[in-house]
Amino acid sequence: MRTVYDASDVSRTIESLVDRIAASFSRETPLNLIGIRTRGEILAERLARGLQSRGFSRIGRGVLDITLYRDDLSEIGPKPIVRPTEINIGIDALPLLLVDDVLFTGRSIRAALDALSDFGRPSAVRLAVLVDRGGRELPIHADFVGLTFQDIPREHRVNVHLTEIDGRDEILVEPRT
Amino acid sequence: MSTVEKQPRPFVWTRKHLLSLESLSAEELEFLLDSAQSFREVSTRSIKKVPALRGRVVVNAFFEDSTRTRTSFTLAASRLSADIIDFSEKGSSVSKGETLIDTARNIEAMGVDVIVLRHRAAGAAEVLSRTVRSSVINAGDGAHEHPTQGLLDLFTIRERFGRIAGLKVAIVGDIINSRVARSNLWGLKKLGAEVILVGPPTLLPRSFEALGARCVHDFDSVVAEVDVINMLRVQFERIQSSQFPSVREFTRLFGLHSDRFSRCKPDVFVMHPGPMNRGIEIASNIADGPNSGILTQVTNGLAVRMAVLYLVTQAAT
Repeated sequence: MRTVYDASDVSRTIESLVDRIAASFSRETPLNLIGIRTRGEILAERLARGLQSRGFSRIGRGVLDITLYRDDLSEIGPKPIVRPTEINIGIDALPLLLVDDVLFTGRSIRAALDALSDFGRPSAVRLAVLVDRGGRELPIHADFVGLTFQDIPREHRVNVHLTEIDGRDEILVEPRT
Repeated sequence: MSTVEKQPRPFVWTRKHLLSLESLSAEELEFLLDSAQSFREVSTRSIKKVPALRGRVVVNAFFEDSTRTRTSFTLAASRLSADIIDFSEKGSSVSKGETLIDTARNIEAMGVDVIVLRHRAAGAAEVLSRTVRSSVINAGDGAHEHPTQGLLDLFTIRERFGRIAGLKVAIVGDIINSRVARSNLWGLKKLGAEVILVGPPTLLPRSFEALGARCVHDFDSVVAEVDVINMLRVQFERIQSSQFPSVREFTRLFGLHSDRFSRCKPDVFVMHPGPMNRGIEIASNIADGPNSGILTQVTNGLAVRMAVLYLVTQAAT
């Protein structure tokens, strides 16, 4: 099992995501990119830049903090500080791409979908993730997947590090400490 | 669009009760204020409700009259999707002689997660927190503390100036009877503000100096230097007649009226915890003027109480 992916792996993966997303949406219709705090927010920014360079000029942006929508707070250890959700765009009747770093149980995405429904009704919601590590507990799947990891023990963590907050781009598969 | 923030600090909130600001560290205070900032966003949405406390029960146990605080807690709990029970002394078993503890145990036996307590006795919330399994939030205990009022005042000051450290804050009026003054004093000192307490000697004993405040009996001697003036309500129901010579004299010496206001800094921030005695401790044109943060305090109170309800509940699980 490979456990380290470096900056060039991350950058190639994001490029490939951008290509597939660009092929799936119309450049004529506004597209809203909503990142899930914290690393989904950064990934959404990078995807937005990539899409803009491929001719998508009407990209709306937002950030979702899902803490208040989670059903697994008692299981995730130290309680994260609640931070603001920033969706200052209309999301009704437009396609929306939700972005997160790692797709695991699906509970974060369930929470994000609940949160989104309090802000409006997009014409369609799609999901892009950098890593799908399996282990779903809900019937949720991603439409755009960067890397697929198989057979990762449940007690392992998949840690995505991104330059903007972690100092470097890398993906590490590690035993939970 | 926001810039990406640094990693959230590793601080973890662990208190299942909020009893006073005296007992909190500066780090805890800042964590509370930062959290409240996030909860304020919820009230700007078209659907002003999040499911965070779904299935939880909050009881407002008010053994003293209150409009603002009770309403604010009720709305805060409902925006978090909690169920809210209102309990008041009038017409309840309390008027039949049941003790606070017995009443609270009975309320708790119905499966309550949070008790928001207002009581005339200092220390009531503390005593209750040692007796029940629910979280307890002090919504005012005698002249001791009113921590959520203190927090919303800190939040409002921080929002206005972008900081608290280094500011000079005057708290004026009936200090000795004021739980708002005590909570503000603790919170402001911990976050690095200078606190100047202003009032007549009968309502401002020197003992407050031991708590780290400057005590001043001549309001005019400090008006020009302060950044914030927090005017307390004259609590006629608590004041003994010997402490308070006459309303007219109090207004002349300690009221915030146009003449005194004209000698303040141009951007002085005027606050009042409400309900106001207009024309006594504060003139209407100042309370309603551009320097006033009084209604902002009320708005921020909602966000602060949402944050407190959420954090004590999470710490209890």
